[in-house]
Amino acid sequence: MTTRQSSSGIHPRLWWRLLLLVPIIATLWVPWYNHLNPTFIGIPFLYWYLLMWVPLSAVCSAVVYFKTRDLV
Amino acid sequence: MQWSTLIVFLLLFVLVTVLGFVAAHWRKADLNQLHEWGLGGRRFGTWVTWFLLGGDVYTAYTFIAVPALVFGAGALGFFAVPYTIIAYPIVFAVLPRLWYVAHKHNYVTGADFVRGRYDSPLLGLLVAITGILATMPYIALQLVGMEVVISALGFPMSGWAADLPLLTAFVILAAFTYTSGLRAPALIAIIKDSLVYITVIATVVIIPMQLGGFGKIFAAVPPAKVLLAAPVGQSLGMYSAFATLALGSALALFIYPHVLTGVLSAKNARTLTRNMAFLPAYTLVLGLLALLGFMALAAGVDKVPQYAPFFKQYANSFAVPALLMHSFPGWFVGVGFAAIVIGALVPAAIMSIAASNLWTRSIYRAYINPRCTEAQEASQAKLASLVVKFGALVFVLALPATYAIQFQLLGGIWIIQILPALVFGLYTRWFHRYALALGWLAGMTAGTAIAAHLKFAGSIYPLHVFGYAIPGYAALYSLILNIAVAAALTVLLRLLGVAGGQDQTTPGDYRAAVPDRDSGAGDGQMAAPPTL
Repeated sequence: MTTRQSSSGIHPRLWWRLLLLVPIIATLWVPWYNHLNPTFIGIPFLYWYLLMWVPLSAVCSAVVYFKTRDLV
Repeated sequence: MQWSTLIVFLLLFVLVTVLGFVAAHWRKADLNQLHEWGLGGRRFGTWVTWFLLGGDVYTAYTFIAVPALVFGAGALGFFAVPYTIIAYPIVFAVLPRLWYVAHKHNYVTGADFVRGRYDSPLLGLLVAITGILATMPYIALQLVGMEVVISALGFPMSGWAADLPLLTAFVILAAFTYTSGLRAPALIAIIKDSLVYITVIATVVIIPMQLGGFGKIFAAVPPAKVLLAAPVGQSLGMYSAFATLALGSALALFIYPHVLTGVLSAKNARTLTRNMAFLPAYTLVLGLLALLGFMALAAGVDKVPQYAPFFKQYANSFAVPALLMHSFPGWFVGVGFAAIVIGALVPAAIMSIAASNLWTRSIYRAYINPRCTEAQEASQAKLASLVVKFGALVFVLALPATYAIQFQLLGGIWIIQILPALVFGLYTRWFHRYALALGWLAGMTAGTAIAAHLKFAGSIYPLHVFGYAIPGYAALYSLILNIAVAAALTVLLRLLGVAGGQDQTTPGDYRAAVPDRDSGAGDGQMAAPPTL
């Protein structure tokens, strides 16, 4: 079922796309993560924080995909 | 060098070469047509697209260049992780629009789209030239990666024989690209990724165990390299450099011709967006590989006498090959080396195919021979794929290679200049075509001047604004200049009433076809209420 509003309006479910901004902001604001502690299995925070955002960003993309897949 | 390494390496390499030629028969079609040779017939589904896009992004860059930067410069090299994290959400939001409009109008390249959108052969030509130019240093990075590993196999490093292994790899790459087109790297990418994952899992499990855990590894790294230098006084330190490298690289990545080729060869737009949720698996690999730079520091491979000549010749790029040889039995080193070389071959093939699509469609057919036959078009593309690879060789020979990553960063400075025409063009036609062309000129000039000022050995420029020093990636700075010039001149050209040209596309072309669009006025108006 494909439904769509007029070309001037935005389908309400497309607002889910804002979720795509979350990993971008979280990984570009350096002061949030340029720390040694807490460490994880000996890995400084900077490194495991950024690596943690890999699966988290995948989750964000997946949510947006499932919420909007009939619209793309 | 050990014989077991060489034998395992050669076996895998021969397997891949055979596959490269066999690929011509995969999903058999007439390879004398450009969209068959250069886009695999636009029939690739989720899996093949995943391998192709992954093969695009994770290359010698991942295996050699990023760990080398971490090895030499520390935390700064980890910018590659946020870069590859944020690239996918951006692609997710933007590229389905390009897929639809390209499918509707049979555009094979980004330049085709820009030309049709702005009714401007000039702008199309600039986009095409930029794409070809920017691809060359990126292929050069792949060649450097291959060269480092092949020399580590024990071939001589000086004299005429030194160039033989690289030339052999180069000729094989050129030959199977020529005969099989995009099918070859798509098929090989599956083998490549298997080898990469085996190597990565083995290295991140076994090497930390050998070195006594991550705690010990990071303890062995000089403290100044573990964190980014914090802002001091009037300077933003490494913070701005780190964030702009990540953002600039991500913005540049998805407009590279080879990434657009991967995007346009997908069979539908949903295949693409679905992939954006899976592709981060590659980013995890990249992040783990980046840590190899620290492991190489902790293992002290640069102080092992037998590796000294290699470090002298290839500088930090030798960190990962040295670490593999230092930590693993000979046969497994062969697997790892094969992963790196094949991991460089696949993207080099895809990149040269993409650049030759650009040459053929957006330069040869647009300007030189508009009435060419399909067979002429395909043979032009095949020839162009050879020329582009030789161009890459020139970059390898002409530029200093303290950090191989500089090749890719230089390509980024150039390719990002087409972003206003290509990406803004997907959403709005507000910008004037001539303003975009002059913005491109300003960005290209400024970006190249900065790179030359840094003697092509760096990409971080300390911009001074209101008394603050903001070190940042030259690509982002020159892009800002590009956009500013384009916007200012757009206003001016509108005031002067200069013609903006006829748009070939309509708003409905940028998204999924709706059932009654053909009967309507073309504006995609639908009476049905949205369902939630």
